[in-house]
Amino acid sequence: MSRILLRRALGATAAVTVAALALAACSGSADAGQSAGGVDAATATNVAAFGTFEDLEAAAKAEGQLNVIALPRDWANYGEILDLFAERYPDITINEQSPDVSSAEEIQAAKTNEGLDTAPDVFDLGLTVALKNTDVFAPYQVQTWADIPDALKEPTGLFVGDYGGYMSVGYDSSKFAAPTSLDDLLTPAYKGAVAINGDPTQAGAAFAAVGLATVQSGGTLDDYQPGIDFFGSLQKAGNLLKVDVTTATVASGETPVVFDWDYLNTAHQKDNPAFKVVVFDGTGYAGYYNQAINKSAPHPAAARLWQEFLYSDEVQNLWLKGGARPVRMEAMTDAGTIDATLAAALPEAPAETVVPTEKQSAAAGTLLGEKWATAVQ
Amino acid sequence: MTSSPTVGVDAEASTPTPSSTPARPARARRSFSWAWLGLTPFAAYVLLFLALPTVLAVGSGFFTKSGEFTWSNVAALGDPLVLAGFANSAGLSLVTALVGAIAGALVCYALLGTNPEGALRSSVDAAAGVLAQFGGVMLAFAFIATIGIQGVVTLLLRDTFGIDIFAGGVWLYELPGLVLPYIYFQIPLMVITFMPALSALKPQWAEANLTLGGTRASFWARIGVPVLAPAFIASLLLLFANAFSSYATAAALASQGSQIVPLQIRAALTSETVLGRENLAGALALGMIVVVGLVMALYSLVQRRAARWQA
Repeated sequence: MSRILLRRALGATAAVTVAALALAACSGSADAGQSAGGVDAATATNVAAFGTFEDLEAAAKAEGQLNVIALPRDWANYGEILDLFAERYPDITINEQSPDVSSAEEIQAAKTNEGLDTAPDVFDLGLTVALKNTDVFAPYQVQTWADIPDALKEPTGLFVGDYGGYMSVGYDSSKFAAPTSLDDLLTPAYKGAVAINGDPTQAGAAFAAVGLATVQSGGTLDDYQPGIDFFGSLQKAGNLLKVDVTTATVASGETPVVFDWDYLNTAHQKDNPAFKVVVFDGTGYAGYYNQAINKSAPHPAAARLWQEFLYSDEVQNLWLKGGARPVRMEAMTDAGTIDATLAAALPEAPAETVVPTEKQSAAAGTLLGEKWATAVQ
Repeated sequence: MTSSPTVGVDAEASTPTPSSTPARPARARRSFSWAWLGLTPFAAYVLLFLALPTVLAVGSGFFTKSGEFTWSNVAALGDPLVLAGFANSAGLSLVTALVGAIAGALVCYALLGTNPEGALRSSVDAAAGVLAQFGGVMLAFAFIATIGIQGVVTLLLRDTFGIDIFAGGVWLYELPGLVLPYIYFQIPLMVITFMPALSALKPQWAEANLTLGGTRASFWARIGVPVLAPAFIASLLLLFANAFSSYATAAALASQGSQIVPLQIRAALTSETVLGRENLAGALALGMIVVVGLVMALYSLVQRRAARWQA
């Protein structure tokens, strides 16, 4: 994920941070892997392998620990979700490791700590990283598997979309008029005001911002050049702001206009009620994050319980509360279990939505690597 | 006239004890001693936490992700973007080192007139010690809060004096914007490293110069500058290396485009959009080590000369 927050910049590598945090927070769990009923939790691909859901809960409680990584508490309402899990399963200690690392670093942490009881049990990953690392995942299908659209899950359950949103522009409505198109942002009114959440050669959210600029400029995802050109013009106009966007910079007004996922921009309203979110008309750019279980998870049953928990109605609604669109939203809307008030509060979805394929992502990554640094100089 | 200065200098150099102290450890080394044992914990620490990671990191630059030997990562050091990164890093380091060294030396000179045991000298010493280490995210945030777009100073200048420091664009979050924060930690570092050299300028030398009819100018031209030059250059090189390896301040301020090498290493290691470039980071690290290695080699050469006067 693109948690390019300031803490990240402290310079410790993911592995070192994870090891240090985990050592401090985690005591051993001796009987990992083999649960009470003799079920091998590490190979279970659904709840039936444990027997009933209660058996899964019992196996997870016996493990007593759950290592999660890269879940910032102010990201898509994860704080409330983690607290609810802790409240429901007081016997399971959640070890929140390195909340601000990137998706790539999550995988590095799993590889560096493989075989240790400090390795992450579950991941929350951007699509590019998930597609590249399927050999690190264990397949698992939650009870609500059928509700998840096929386009948003790997067929065997190696990784599954969990929540997502549209690339949006957040702006401080006390200082700026609502932008209605990309070109508005090029006008002098937005001088030195427009920031991107991260560098697109590093962070998924920033990458998506260039993708959105591409399709909004009439291009297609086969070629991100129009998007790069847009940000080049933004830089020439003196409107592009290059400071790293964090909750703090938005709260202080340092970054008054921000390209970011709609649910992340929405979250800033807590600090600045005047902060509004716009999803441009026309083609929208969507992105979903993905859940995956570490193949060599030190707490395999707890990892699977966490998945069941995340895909339950209640937690899907908690993501919605954080402004994100949970993956089961359509099915839950049909079933009437979605929180209608929260759903109505989301920015209106654009008429057409695009998501890049793996090939398009890779091509765009290469192009950005060559062109981005000079385009914004 | 020609013979008398030599007498004076010789008399100064030979009478005090300091000149004989450095010789003592050398003499002691000749007889067998267990003294090296005391160094073992430190040596082990350096080996484990500095040498080993360095070797592993640099080594990774010579292999592909799947573990085969390759020159391609090292060859990528010739890429125009990477070269631009090295040029930016070197330029930024040089500018901030020069400004830091000159300003720091002037501060030291001003301090020279104060009582070495006095409150002023010790508070400046203490402040320099703290501020030299005040880099990174805290420093970046301090600058955002003071001279950011909504910074206290920015707003004060704009609203009270009508001066808009960002009239020509927001330069704080670009490469030039890094100069001010870097200088902020370079000057105190200069004070720490250069003060001992300056204090070693013995008042007797100035007295000798005056006694022999020299002027203030001739003191600096014939004595002060030649004696201080090696220490000054050594400090300058240290400041260069310090800026060259700085990372966190830049990461928090200039988020777009990875314009200096440490940020390019970050990008190669942690990118979630351009994957599979972890080994390029090793090659970049190798490039940095070569640059810093050269600087440090120069430093130790110069330092050896500077040490003569610091006894």
